[in-house]
This record gives sequence, structure tokens and C-alpha cells, in this order.
Amino acid sequence: MSDAPDPRPRPAATGPIGKSPAVKSPAVKFEPWHDPAAKPYIRIEKVTKRFGDFTAVDNVSLSIYRGEFFSLLGGSGSGKTTLLRMLAGFEQPTEGRIFIDGVDMAGIPPYDRPVNMMFQSYALFPHMTVENNVAFGLRQDGVPKDEIRTRVAEMLELVKLTPFAKRKPHQLSGGQRQRVALARSLVKKPKLLLLDEPLGALDKRLREQTQFELVNIQEKLGVTFVVVTHDQEEAMTMSTRIAVMDHGAIAQVGTPTEIYEYPNSRFTAEFIGSVNMFEGNIVESEPDHSLIRSAEAGCDLYVTHAAHLAAGSHCWVAIRPEKVSITKEKPAEADGGRNVTRGVVREIAYLGDISIYQIDLASGKRVRATAPNVTRRTELPITWDDEVWLSWRPFAGVVLTD
Amino acid sequence: MPPPTAAAPQPSPALPPVAPRTVKDRVLRVTRRLGLTGRGGVILGPYAWLVLFFFIPFLIVLKISVAEPAVGIPPFTKLIEWVDGGLDVHIRFSGFQALFDDDLYLLAYLNSLKIAFVSTLCCLFIGYPMAYAIATAPEKRRGPLLMLIILPFWTSFLIRVYAWMSILKDEGLLNNLLLSLGIIHEPLKILYTDLAVYIGITYSYLPFMILPLYATLEKMDHTLLEAAADLGARPWKSFLTITLPLSLPGIVAGSLLVFIPAVGEFVIPSLLGGSDTLMIGRELWNLFFNSRDWPSASAVAIALLAFLVGPIMIFQHFQGRDQDKGAA
Repeated sequence: MSDAPDPRPRPAATGPIGKSPAVKSPAVKFEPWHDPAAKPYIRIEKVTKRFGDFTAVDNVSLSIYRGEFFSLLGGSGSGKTTLLRMLAGFEQPTEGRIFIDGVDMAGIPPYDRPVNMMFQSYALFPHMTVENNVAFGLRQDGVPKDEIRTRVAEMLELVKLTPFAKRKPHQLSGGQRQRVALARSLVKKPKLLLLDEPLGALDKRLREQTQFELVNIQEKLGVTFVVVTHDQEEAMTMSTRIAVMDHGAIAQVGTPTEIYEYPNSRFTAEFIGSVNMFEGNIVESEPDHSLIRSAEAGCDLYVTHAAHLAAGSHCWVAIRPEKVSITKEKPAEADGGRNVTRGVVREIAYLGDISIYQIDLASGKRVRATAPNVTRRTELPITWDDEVWLSWRPFAGVVLTD
Repeated sequence: MPPPTAAAPQPSPALPPVAPRTVKDRVLRVTRRLGLTGRGGVILGPYAWLVLFFFIPFLIVLKISVAEPAVGIPPFTKLIEWVDGGLDVHIRFSGFQALFDDDLYLLAYLNSLKIAFVSTLCCLFIGYPMAYAIATAPEKRRGPLLMLIILPFWTSFLIRVYAWMSILKDEGLLNNLLLSLGIIHEPLKILYTDLAVYIGITYSYLPFMILPLYATLEKMDHTLLEAAADLGARPWKSFLTITLPLSLPGIVAGSLLVFIPAVGEFVIPSLLGGSDTLMIGRELWNLFFNSRDWPSASAVAIALLAFLVGPIMIFQHFQGRDQDKGAA
């Protein structure tokens, strides 16, 4: 699936801060998960965690490789934080095993694990200066004083906090505290850094800037990052791979592109970005294409991939709003009435760079379509209550069963 | 206190004329000139209380301390007297003189400080683990546990001290228990010794240590300990480097709440202590009620107060620091 050609440039949700090619050389593709010889750095085997009757993490298996920037993405209560806390050693799995660098972590307390964590609340020690906060971990290991001094200085340099070394945490801004927390968790040079909502407490502008810095630092130090986040944009921007979690289970694991373009379930499709779901029944299911009849869409849906379903089976077709084009005239390439339908524009949201159109089909189904505002016009070519044609290319749809 | 609105700019002449002031505005202006703001009014209550029930009585005691004992009611000489068409002011330091002449008082002060100090340490070492256990207990169990700490207050302090007498006496509960278990073969002499005073003070003042300690430990962020563990600190090290320093305000508050009243404690040494248990509270009582030497008793009280102002100032200092942190 991941070998399928990218039909379009990166999804719009990635925003302007994609992983820059300067950082990760495109010549050497970093995809250890496709290499059968690669040994995973973290192996999570059938891990379940229950708190009383509540199952927080439900039979999760994952492999994370050295040097990855791996995101656990999910809503609140999806079990992502519990999974992270089990990696750190604050919780023990009820069932299953966790291996880090080949060592079974069962019964190993947090202070003996080769792992550091950056807490969502930062958990800076309020009675210590920035310097002492960063030095704390090194002192526990009995590192010589001179070495502590140089390593703390280096770390503060890296996060650009050298002038604030003597300050206490309450004398710092939110962004500065976040960087102290990062420095403190990185100073011991962990092989694995766990980050719990690292950017959650920052405002939008600072968050975007810090996303960049985090990726740069991760590349520079070669540390494996496992990040918990509920922000899909953040996950898409920074990650090598994302695990989408729902109700304690993993819904899908894949690169940001895979997750966005080839969701494997209605949950993933709807959780990441926005999507149009058309309910229908399989008419043809061939190895190279599928045809779905959908009363809701008001047309037959032709999809260029196998549905692996028997004719007549019930299914959904997911189509991303940016892949739907809106025209006033019937599109010329309309192919036998497939992937073409009509509707009336009900809502338009002008966002500057793009506009979002909400279109009601004859079936009553509301469809969302986005279009970039390529030309500079004060009058929108398509306006409220216009009758329009909606069409999409055969590769746009993804057939989903539930 | 300067009126808070003093910084408000005067309307500049360029602006249109201001509407005429209402009566309410004028009243407000007058009260502000006098420094009477709403905030001032709220603070006035506690101030009045302190002046009425602390400062004025203190002045009375101070006045008595510079008088001389006399036979009569009240049993001391007047400070100011009208004699032969002139005012005579009598200030005598004989009360204070006695403090230095007789080393009984100095010993009593020192012994009181020692007993208070040791009892405070006992309260700290017993109270800290208790406060910690309550603060880390599941949330629904904390209420009942705290209740148990406060529960002894339902019984009169005096009755609880009497209860200790029946526990500690030669044929009391403790000795009977130890004898029946065969741990000792002769009753231990505990009652009417310094040990009984330590037990009594530690028992009576323990809640005053636990409550402030609990308050600081309870609001401590548990993730700080997780962060310490994550950075490689073993539990004992985390306690020493994180929990203990962060609970310092509670330790200081609790210690002063125990230490200060323990120094002047009178009932416990009287009932549980031996005749040789020297404490300043007891000497003060003797001077007042047995010798009827009010000026000397007042002088002892003034000196005791001077002794205790130091610790109170330390307390204030730490409290101020705590508030600085809280403001962050």
C-alpha cells in the first residue's frame, strides 16, 4: 500500500512546515519498518493495561525503530498516554511485554530505564534554577562536576537558554519552560525520549516554530522520539510514522501520507483531517478497480483499487474534500456518469488561501469540498445557492468496510 | 496607605467638561483622602482585634513589669501618681533584676527551650510520616484520616493530659502491659519525670505539626517525583532532593506552631512533670499565684516574649518566601 504512487503533493493538513528535505536527505530513504533485517528498538508485544474494570490499553503490538520520530495520536481516553507511561516505567502492563533495545522491561523501575521523558506539565523542579534542573539527572548518575558543568552548558546552548541559567522556573515564559524540560530530558543522552504532548501548552505560533526545533534537535542528536499528541497536524508535521489510537487499541500505523491518503477504517479517515463518506454497495470488485453504487452520492463510484469484497457487500467510500472539484459546467472528462454528481452550494467559508464549500446533494447528503483561491478575485466564481457539478478522479476514493 | 487611585490621570483641559460630580463621588473622594478604602475597611477588623486583645494587654503587662510589688488590690504600685501637686512616674526594674539575680529563671528558660525543642523534633519525626501517608493516600480516604488527627480536639485538653497520667503511672496501663508481656519486671518510673513531659507535649501538639505539613505535601505535584525517578533518582534520593525541600514551609510552620506554645507550656509540666521539671510557664504561675509578685511575673512574661519573637520572625520570613513562589 505504501508503495503506491503519491497521486498528489503532500496533504494540505501538513501546512507549510513539512519535514524539509535539507534535514532528511531524500537520497537515503529512512524506512526501517520496510527492512525485514532491521531490528526494532522498541517492541511492544500484546500489551494490555487495565485499571479496575477499565481497559486503557487493549492488546497493542508495535515496533519502533532507532531514530524514528514516532507519534501516538488519539483523542482523550484513547490510551496513548498510558502506553507512553508504560514505556517510561510509571505503569506496568497488565498483560504483554515491552522490550527496549532487546531487554524485557518487566519490573524495571523508571530510574533504571535507558529512557527519559518530557512531561506534559514539564514537571520542572520549582525550587531549583534552570541549571540545577538540567543537571539533576547527571547528578543522580554521579557524573563528575566538571563534566556536569560542560554538558549542562552545552544543553542550554542547544535550547538557547544560556542567559536564563540562574533563573527559577516561575521566572520563565511557557516556551522557555518547555525548552528547559526538553534540555533536562535530553542531557543524559537517552537513546529514547518520550514526549507527552510536548507542544500542548504553547500558543499556535510558538507551537509551529517549536515543531521545527524539535525535529532539528531530534535529527542532530539521533535520539528516538516517541511523542503522544492529540493534535493531528502536529503528528503529521513531525513524525516518521504515526499510530492512530482509539479506545486503547491501535487503529492504524503508517507514515503521515499513508494515514491521510490510505486510511484503513472509517475511524482513521474521520479522525485525520475531514472526509466525505459515501455509503454504498459493491457492484464490481476487480484486482485493479472497484465500482460502488451509492444512492447517497447520486452516482456510481469508480475506485482504482481492489475492495476485496464480494459483489453486493455494504461499504463506504471516503473522499477527501481537496480531491473534489467544483464546476459550474458538467466536467468534460465525466466518464459514463461515474464519479460525477450534482448539488447546491449551501455554505462557503473563505479562509484566504482556500475556500471550503458545503454542498447539498439530491439525497440530502452534505459534501465538503475545498478549492485553493488561485486567482485574486473579490467576486467568488461560485456562490451561495449555485447548482454545481462535483467530480473527482478515480484514484481519489478509498473503499472502507466499517 | 495611599489611595489606590492616586495614579489616575486628571482630566486634561482639552477634553470636554466632565459632568458634575455626584454626592457619591464626593463621599468617595473624602474617604479616599482619609485613606479609608474598601480594602482598608476589610483589614481594619483584624487590626482592631490585635490592638484590643494583644497590644493593649501587652502594654498592661509591660506597665506591671516596671512596677514594684505592693500589698493591696492590685498588688503592685502605680505607674503614675499625683503627689504634692506634681506627677510622679515610678519605673522600677526590680522585676527584671530578679531574672538576673536568681539563675533559676535562666535555667527555667533554657530548660523550657530544650523541652520545646526536643518535643518539636519528636513531633516532626512522628508527624512527617503521618502527614506524608495522609497526603499520598487515595483521595476519598484523606478526609477520614485527617478527621482522626483532629478528633482528639473533641475532648478537653486537660482530660487528655489526665488520661496520660493514668497511662504512665507506676500501676498504669503502660506498665501493666509491659509487665504482663514480661518485657520488664519492675514498673518503670515515667510519670513525674521529664520523659512524661516530652510524651505529653508531643502527643498534645502533634496535630499542629501534621496539619501544616499535610497542607504543603498535599498540594505538591506528584509528577515532580515521577520526573525525578525518570532522571534516575531512587525513591530515597527523590525524597531528599524534591519532597523535603518543597515541604520546608510546612516543616517551618509546623515546628513553630509546636515550639512556641511548648516553650510557655504550663499544664503539662505541672501535671506530668516531676517537682524538678523546671519550665518557665510553671515559674511564671508560681510567681503570679503563689508569691503574688506580679511585677516579676510580668517581667518573666516580657522576657519570654522577647525570646520567642526571633522564631516568629523566622516564620514570617519563610512564609513570605512561600508566597513569592505561590505567586508564580
